[in-house]
Amino acid sequence: MDFLHDILIARLNYWIYVILMMIGLHAMIAKNNLIKKLIGMSIFQTAIILFFVSVGVKDGGTIPIVSHHGHDDAHAETAHADDAGEAAGHVDGHGEIDPDAHDNPLPHVLMLTAIVVGVATLGVGLAVSQKIYREYGTLEENELLEKIRSTDG
Amino acid sequence: MADHAPAILLIAPLFAAIAVTLAGLRRPARGAEGPDREAGDDSVEFPPFQEDKVCFMLTLGALTVSLVAALTMLGQVIDRGVVRYFVGNWTSPLGVGIELRVDHLNALALVMIATVALLAAFYSHRRVEDETPGKSPQFYAMFLLCAMGLMGMTVTGDAFNLYVLLEVAALSGYALVAMGDKRAAVAAYNYIIIGTIGASFYLLGVGYLYIKTGSLNMAGIQEVIAGGGLAGSRTIQVAFILIVLGVWIKMAFFPFCAWLPNAYSHAPSSSACLLAPLVTKVSIYVMIRMMLTVFGPAFVFEAVDWHGAVVWLASIGIVVASLIALAQTELKKMLGFLIVAEVGYMVGGAWLANHNGMVGAIYHILSDAFMTLCMFLAAGILIHRTKREDIAGLTDLYRKMPLSMAAFTLAALSMIGVPPTCGFFSKYFLIRGGIEAGQWQYVAALLFASLVNAIMFFRIFEKAYFGELSSEAPELEAEGEDDGYDHRVDMPPAFREAPLSMVAPLLIASVGLLFIGLNTREIVTVIEQTLNLFALAGGGA
Amino acid sequence: METHSLKPLLACAASLLAVIPIVAFRHRPNLREASTFVAALVKFGIVLSMLPVVLGGETIRCTVWEVLPNVSLAFRVDSFGLLFALVASSLWIVTTLYAVGYMRGLKEHAQTRFFAFFAAALSATLGVAFSANLLTMYVFYEILSLSTFPLVTHHQDHSARTGGRTYLTYLLGTSVGFALPAMIYCYAKTGGDMAFSGAGALAGRVEPAAAGVLLLLFVFGFAKGGLMPFHSWLPGAMVAPTPVSALLHAVAVVKVGVFCIFRVITGVFGVGFLQQVGFIHVVSLVAAFTVVVSSLIALSQDSLKRRLAFSTIGQLAYITLGVSLLAPKGVTGSQMHIAMHAFGKITLFFCAGAIFEATGKKYISELTGIGKRMPLTMTAFAIGAMSVVGLPLTGGLLSKFYLVMGTVESRQFGMTAVYLLSSLLNAAYFFPIVFNAFFRKPENPDFIGVKEAHPCCVAALCFTAAASVFLFFCPDPFFSLAGMTTETCFETLVGD
Repeated sequence: MDFLHDILIARLNYWIYVILMMIGLHAMIAKNNLIKKLIGMSIFQTAIILFFVSVGVKDGGTIPIVSHHGHDDAHAETAHADDAGEAAGHVDGHGEIDPDAHDNPLPHVLMLTAIVVGVATLGVGLAVSQKIYREYGTLEENELLEKIRSTDG
Repeated sequence: MADHAPAILLIAPLFAAIAVTLAGLRRPARGAEGPDREAGDDSVEFPPFQEDKVCFMLTLGALTVSLVAALTMLGQVIDRGVVRYFVGNWTSPLGVGIELRVDHLNALALVMIATVALLAAFYSHRRVEDETPGKSPQFYAMFLLCAMGLMGMTVTGDAFNLYVLLEVAALSGYALVAMGDKRAAVAAYNYIIIGTIGASFYLLGVGYLYIKTGSLNMAGIQEVIAGGGLAGSRTIQVAFILIVLGVWIKMAFFPFCAWLPNAYSHAPSSSACLLAPLVTKVSIYVMIRMMLTVFGPAFVFEAVDWHGAVVWLASIGIVVASLIALAQTELKKMLGFLIVAEVGYMVGGAWLANHNGMVGAIYHILSDAFMTLCMFLAAGILIHRTKREDIAGLTDLYRKMPLSMAAFTLAALSMIGVPPTCGFFSKYFLIRGGIEAGQWQYVAALLFASLVNAIMFFRIFEKAYFGELSSEAPELEAEGEDDGYDHRVDMPPAFREAPLSMVAPLLIASVGLLFIGLNTREIVTVIEQTLNLFALAGGGA
Repeated sequence: METHSLKPLLACAASLLAVIPIVAFRHRPNLREASTFVAALVKFGIVLSMLPVVLGGETIRCTVWEVLPNVSLAFRVDSFGLLFALVASSLWIVTTLYAVGYMRGLKEHAQTRFFAFFAAALSATLGVAFSANLLTMYVFYEILSLSTFPLVTHHQDHSARTGGRTYLTYLLGTSVGFALPAMIYCYAKTGGDMAFSGAGALAGRVEPAAAGVLLLLFVFGFAKGGLMPFHSWLPGAMVAPTPVSALLHAVAVVKVGVFCIFRVITGVFGVGFLQQVGFIHVVSLVAAFTVVVSSLIALSQDSLKRRLAFSTIGQLAYITLGVSLLAPKGVTGSQMHIAMHAFGKITLFFCAGAIFEATGKKYISELTGIGKRMPLTMTAFAIGAMSVVGLPLTGGLLSKFYLVMGTVESRQFGMTAVYLLSSLLNAAYFFPIVFNAFFRKPENPDFIGVKEAHPCCVAALCFTAAASVFLFFCPDPFFSLAGMTTETCFETLVGD
């Protein structure tokens, strides 16, 4: 059972992202419909986003927001001194910040950008699919290839 | 100002892209949508819009600013060493803040990107309205964004930032391809799928790196890997595999290359002139950057130790791509496969794990960018004039378009590797690296590719120069076929050279090939400044 | 002793610069040809002005451009380079004269292109002759291949294109496939110093087995030298107009091939090193095979130019064989043969072209009785043939004498037999032509009313024929130059 625990339970987030990624990859490569491929692409990207987000989470950590009780300047100083690059953590009575009490916000921030990129890619993909539909009147890959072959001789 | 050059480099095209988009909004619509564009040839001349001119000037201006910034940085780097620029002046120790970092390696690459983009922009002036009717502002906005993304990938010192800029370049690249002919949309679609897979792999690799090292700054990651003895870590190895795989897909390294020839041959020629020379080359730069400054040669060549296999793969790629290129009947398709072969040169050279191979790979990034630019500019001009895409349509062009063909000849000679063009010197370094590494199959593949290129291009020269004189030529009786003693009269050449704004960039680029070739020593000295920091076998000479 | 001077660069550039006026005056043939003449004279003048310096025992250096770290494009004029440069540049003047007559007589098309590429090819030839190191030599070697391609395909018809294809396939294929990797291997092994020297730059830096492979790569890589089995480009190149065949494919291009082989053997490996390696016998055997077989093939050719081409292949192999003997007299003989064969063979080609220009005939069987109609041409042909065969009163005798002496000196009597046998074969394929032309009856009826060719052509071929005879009586400066080179090649041996 230790084995099972080590491989499966402790790394559950990895398993999930890998499975999702494979589903996405399968759809991108094997599906015939162009829109389904794009859906696969979205799943693929989302899997990576999940992976990143899950990496930032800590056992018992909470939302990484610094609660301000007055001495703003002091907090700002400590925040900069925090060398893990994680934003200022929970402030206890002595003005110390405990990074372990907060999730790592950096991966989450990165994923905001990645989500934007993903949406943009999907947008371009859909626009191109639309153009393909206008030119060839189909979104099925096999029909598309046939039409291309017949026009090119 | 000079201190902010790394930022200005990127800001200029970014803001210009916004300005171009805004200018485009003011432009009245002219319902020239997809189906009409078949008629987009010379006969249907629209009066140019004032706004288009503004867009063009903005593009030129922004790229000129970038070029000046790149040149400034090259000067700074040569004078004073590495230039570090912290965006927003946030010097966070482990690199949460974004750092732009210019060393000898990317200073050269930046100058190359800015120059190529500027020349491609000049060329596009006369072609955009033909190829993408009614969409000039959109075209220029994408063009600028793509150039910005490529420069950003090169200048950034942050692994995640690189991903974002990679996607900026890629997304605008997809759009640029999709603007092309009827099949371009399909090619662009495949490009999107493959490109996204590549970029996602890269992102995943960066994730693993971050998990293990806690840093996104390239120099920071290197410090942690080297200092923390992480070379044996499986996480780092997985990260490396994912990143390299992602970049290979992006650069169309054999066997991930199926998308490239279609994408570049169906894209509008103005787009292809930007994308073909730069996208693959910048990806190779990224790979080398990852190998050298992020993971470090000690990790790449000793801890991972696949370089033998990669060089084999590169050699096979070179041979296969060259042969496929030889079988093509369309000029642009042929060039597309040639790019794939050239990618094999560079990947193979970088993985030879010695000094000369790496010098050759980096030098070839530079020379190949200009060769490819020349080739695609020439192809664009020739196809524009002859209205034919196949090689057979090039008959007797030396008389009709002497300048374009002269430049094309020079580029072809460089592709073959004839001294003193730069193609010869990159091959010199690559072959020398191959010999020193004892990778004879790679040496053989390079020589084989040179010969195949020679066959390929001399087939074209033969058509274009020594083809049967065309039927309208007054021809006297041809006697004595066998030993070739026959008589023909001189006939006046019918000049049909393309407009200057198209030919000038081509000529500049082709002169650039000679310029790079003759200045090999200086360029190599600059490259070595960076390489000497990494103990590669056979270096330090 | 070395002096620095720009002269080698100027000599090389003179004909390249001439391309500009040639193209500029493309609509005014007289000015165009005049500029070719001026360039040829200037070039010859510069080369000649270097003669006293070199005869005085000095070499002239000129570093043009350091193109790679520690590797530069540089010129160095020594006795051997100058010998070849003298031959090539003096014959260019004569060939220009001939070409004017030939091209105008036949109203050839694209004459501007012809003269322009001709001038460029001469620049490359001198570049090879004066090159100071392996890279420079390779660079000019390739430029020469490419600049002569348009001359070979000049007629732009099917056979010209086929000939051009063969030409490039062989020349580029071998130089890129063999010579280039061999050169880069040398640079990789020696760290960049590949200047030619009497001692040999490679000596002691590579193991004997590798040296043997390198030697073969170089010898076959410089396929312009025409060693079998990479010889068939030369007969293929005969589709070119005759002035091209005469100067380039009997003198400049082919001699560049043997020049490079000679340089590699004496300057890169060094005679002493090769004697230790012992691999050189393979080269000797290949050359001897080429000598005999090409002569036999020449016997069976009916096309005059093709017969001359196979004869050239044989004579080139003489030179390679001579130097591969590694004996002082053989090496001297090789160099002499470069000069002597050049004058003899160019005469023969000029005659072939003149006959075609005047009669339109190019097959030997059609030439009965031509001697009566074109006595000057056929007399010159006889003299040229004597020189190539190596009969007294022509320069060919001297070089062949030295070559044979070389075989005796190195005690390779089999090779002596090869030289003698091949001389007999030479006589067998040349003299029947002369005999038929003068004495055979009946005369070919097509020749009624035929006169000598264009005066320019006749003047040129008479001059080279006279020169062949003159060189018998007065082989200087070629003889002294060759002697100097041999001394340099063997001086390290004497020291041992």
